[in-house]
Amino acid sequence: MSSARPIATTRSASGMPTGRLAVWWVIASEIVIFGGILTSYVMYRLAHDSFAEQAAHTNTWIGAFNTFVLLTSSLMAVQAHKAADSGDGAKAARFLHYTCLGGILFILVKSFEWASEIGRGYTISSSPFWSFYYTAAGLHALHVIAGVVIMFIVAAAAKQYRDLHRVELIGVYWHFVDVVWIFLFPLLYIAK
Amino acid sequence: MATRPVEIREGHDTPGHHEEPSFFVKYLWSTDHKVIAMQYLFTGMFMALVGGFFSYVFRMQLAWPGESVPLWGLVTPAAYNMLITNHGAIMIFWVAMPVLIAAFGNYLIPLMLGCDDMVFPKLNRLSYQIFLLSVVVLFSSFFVTGGGFGGAWTMYPPLSGEAAYNNTPAGQTIFIVAVALEFVAFLLGGINFVTTAMNSRAPGMKLYDIPMVVWMIVIASIMFMASVGPLVAGAVMLIFDQTLNTAFFDPTRGGDPILWQHLFWFFGHPEVYVVLLPAVGIVAEVITVFARKKLFAYKTVLYTAIATGVLSFTVWAHHQFIAGIDPRMANIFTVTTLLISIPIAEMMFVYIATLYGGSITFSTPMLWALSFIATFLVGGVTGIFLGASGSDIYLHDTYFVLAHFHYTFYPIAIIGTFAGFTFWFPKMFGRHLNETLGKIHFWLTIIAFNGIFLPLFVTGVLGDNRRIPNHQVYPELDNPLMNGLREVATVFLVVMLLAQFVFFYNVVVSLVRGKKAEKNPWKSNTLEWTADSPPPHGNWKELPTVYRGPYEYGVPGRSEDYWPQNVPN
Ligand code: HEM
Ligand SMILES: [Cu+2]
Repeated sequence: MSSARPIATTRSASGMPTGRLAVWWVIASEIVIFGGILTSYVMYRLAHDSFAEQAAHTNTWIGAFNTFVLLTSSLMAVQAHKAADSGDGAKAARFLHYTCLGGILFILVKSFEWASEIGRGYTISSSPFWSFYYTAAGLHALHVIAGVVIMFIVAAAAKQYRDLHRVELIGVYWHFVDVVWIFLFPLLYIAK
Repeated sequence: MATRPVEIREGHDTPGHHEEPSFFVKYLWSTDHKVIAMQYLFTGMFMALVGGFFSYVFRMQLAWPGESVPLWGLVTPAAYNMLITNHGAIMIFWVAMPVLIAAFGNYLIPLMLGCDDMVFPKLNRLSYQIFLLSVVVLFSSFFVTGGGFGGAWTMYPPLSGEAAYNNTPAGQTIFIVAVALEFVAFLLGGINFVTTAMNSRAPGMKLYDIPMVVWMIVIASIMFMASVGPLVAGAVMLIFDQTLNTAFFDPTRGGDPILWQHLFWFFGHPEVYVVLLPAVGIVAEVITVFARKKLFAYKTVLYTAIATGVLSFTVWAHHQFIAGIDPRMANIFTVTTLLISIPIAEMMFVYIATLYGGSITFSTPMLWALSFIATFLVGGVTGIFLGASGSDIYLHDTYFVLAHFHYTFYPIAIIGTFAGFTFWFPKMFGRHLNETLGKIHFWLTIIAFNGIFLPLFVTGVLGDNRRIPNHQVYPELDNPLMNGLREVATVFLVVMLLAQFVFFYNVVVSLVRGKKAEKNPWKSNTLEWTADSPPPHGNWKELPTVYRGPYEYGVPGRSEDYWPQNVPN
């Protein structure tokens, strides 16, 4: 099999590079997934006062710390993009690795947090609030993990100055993952 | 017009590179959009046979309850539930979607836009592989303890959420996993379609030069992406209800089963337009070619389709009029539902206007396209009875609803597919189908189709409820008139299924010794007809350039009555 890219991939009738266009469509289809689960959550929450009582048991400080971690990692992704734009693959790879570190830290903190919630008896089947809590945050965490894995692959290529345009693409995706958390944090932790 | 640089493909044809790929690489592991289209097409057709067989079994049971069905045996209530559930799900998710969106989309988008492949060929291959996996997963659900899922294709909880209610502890989860995998396949495919259409058009092809069927498939893909998300979230929630003992949809523990209905129909109603639009696009291509007329009001059709797409996100609760929603909400959804019939009706009128004054050839594809308009009209008009919440309170969940949506889905998934398949067959396989066999198949199928579902409008109005395995237990449903109508429907179903042998015979014989097709047998304008029949890998040696819109038929002052898009003047 030939690995030559089809001419189709190189064309740009819309003026936007194909890869960036595709990432935006990926994000569009993800927005409605999270939109669906968050809208459902808000509807339940408005209908049941018990949600607020249960939300009081979430740990706002841990949530805030993780928000800080993700925002910082997004900043690193921006730096990586800048480096890639100026053609510095090695630097881009380094910043992508910092971003990955943020993602990994986020997941570690999340694991401790969940372990302590479960230890206190709040499991996914305790009540609808906790079901939403674990399902929405779990879905988000899966996206974090996927993002970290892809980022490692992109960074490995960037280090050898290959496919530098992908640094921007994974960065856009990472910002999206970040923004989802910006919605989850107030809904699950702050609104008590 | 200034001359444009010509793009010549390199790589595959350069000397030294040439090596005949193995069968596996060429047909099963290929990234060529045409091969992937064929994979989707044949998988979809195979699934249609499975779904058709299921309908044969349960319709036999409905006409002659309690008697052993040839090729199956006794139909137990559990088997009946499993059969109708999987019939519906298969026909929508594993026939209409793969054939109309994926097969025609994959085949036509690159060819009609004048490029050599999709923008992401490997993603395209992955999309089919995930789809195939979803088929395997679905089939596996038939063989686990308790059998295949029997909670209806709409999967309403609590019936679908509790194994104790639906008696299919394993089947219920496997079914949802299969549907979720199918969604993933189509999300990947859709991203490919939309990106290809936005970026990879031939030089010179402006937005209004894009053939209508490509527009329709792209709009449908965007609608699918925008509507399926909440149901993906809902599917995760339902699987958790089944397996992790959560209570999202369990009213006894603070959940709400109506939420599922909202999530399902927020997807489900746009979904009916997702499959409708590609079929409408196929019909546009066929009738313009065989009426030798310009498509009447191209832009109107396009904007109408977009308007329909947007409106279709505002009507979903018409499926829930008697599910306990607020009656004031029912009023709003009645209004939006009646509104959406306007753009649909308008499209039908535009097509009739296209036919008006044309020089019509009644070829097989044209017969299918014309019958699409006629039968879909019945489906659309009966939708208005259901959309008015007052009459729907009576008609809901009767065979009237069933007849309504078969008068829409059948034209879309079966008639639309046959229109497209017979129209592009010479391009796909380089040979012509036999016209006589094609017409025999057409008439048998179309008469039998009406014979199945017209009687069911009547039984529905007489009060026949859906999803009852044996009507004899309800004395008021067990009378000679209704029983007679049920038998008529079943007899016509058997005729309709048998008629498909004519089709398969025709395909096989034509593939072997059909008349060879030249490049452009129908004298059509669009780009796919400028490639060889069948097109080689990469489609063209020299990719085409576009100079005009796709429907310039019968232009005054030209010697030919068509004017291909790629001809400079
Ligand atoms: C695009 C073609 C259409 C398709 C494929 C389609 C499909 C369907 C399906 C599958 C159902 C039944 C779902 C179920 O309960 O299992 C249904 C019901 C319904 N359809 Fe359509 N439909 C189409 C067009 C329309 C139009 C144009 C209208 C109204 C103007 C309409 C109004 C309704 C209503 C109100 C119901 C709910 C009936 C009930 O359950 O009581 N449909 N349709
Ligand atoms: Cu609907």
